[in-house]
Amino acid sequence: MTESKKLMRSYLIGFILSLGLTLIAFVLTTIQSDFQGRAYPDLPLTVALVTLAITQLIVQLLFFFHLGHESRPRLNTVSFLFMLMVVGIVAFGSLWIMYHLDYNMMPHEVDTYIQEEENIKVESSHEHHH
Amino acid sequence: MSHDAAAVKHEEEFTKTTLGFWVYLMTDCVLFACLFATYAVLRNGTAGGPTGASIFDLNFILVETILLLTSSLTTGLALVALKSKQKKLLWASLGLTFVLGASFLAMELYEFGQLLHEGYGPQASAFLTAYFTLVGTHGFHIAIGLLWLLVMVYFLYKRGVTKGFEKRLTMFALFWHFLDVIWIFIFTLVYLLGALS
Repeated sequence: MTESKKLMRSYLIGFILSLGLTLIAFVLTTIQSDFQGRAYPDLPLTVALVTLAITQLIVQLLFFFHLGHESRPRLNTVSFLFMLMVVGIVAFGSLWIMYHLDYNMMPHEVDTYIQEEENIKVESSHEHHH
Repeated sequence: MSHDAAAVKHEEEFTKTTLGFWVYLMTDCVLFACLFATYAVLRNGTAGGPTGASIFDLNFILVETILLLTSSLTTGLALVALKSKQKKLLWASLGLTFVLGASFLAMELYEFGQLLHEGYGPQASAFLTAYFTLVGTHGFHIAIGLLWLLVMVYFLYKRGVTKGFEKRLTMFALFWHFLDVIWIFIFTLVYLLGALS
């Protein structure tokens, strides 16, 4: 009985924290996008939103998945960390490469050339219009 | 003695199955990470079409998010009910999970339908291709999860609470929590950050 009560409490805490973090992220974003002149600069907000998401990930890992609570060889945690490493190499590595490729291989002239050549109509300049 | 030994063997097998399923989830994380990376690279490739800011309705997405988060809680409640042998709570929480999950999926399909109707399908731009692939893959997982839940509930009805059911419900809870975690990142990286661009 006590075990299931403990489990119940863990789910409730996890749920309330997750809900709170979601709402904070939502409110921060709506304040920003409702303001015409922008309430605060975009970069700190981006960092704040990503931090909130990672915090919620950790909350759910602890309260929903109970990660780290399994018995001795802790293979779940080990495979989780291994996954993080693979994601780091594959996903962030790809992003790193792609942004540099973009930078090195897509000067503005090439961009406009392609648009003219392919008959792509650009209604509004896609470079930070608002 | 032999009864104890059988219990230990069952416990061991249970741990093995959970670990195997967990490893599957980790590989699925890698799949989603690749889709996220693709989206991040292509998100500015709107080809003169709509940007995220002009097509995302944040209030709509917030409701979806809360539905999915609540369904994650009700899955947990099903596990609590299983541990404390509360049959009614078990049925209620499984039912709620299904209703919440199905509502989430219905809202997502409605959103996709709206976009397609306006001519903003996956073929409209690189941004939309990446968007539909990422969010659609998540939605596909949700659909599979709902099917799984239905099959599980059918066998619960037919055979009652068996060892097999316990195992399946534990795996299902892991799967469902995993989908909620992926959604946190879709919510933040695709919708919230998309609304700012």
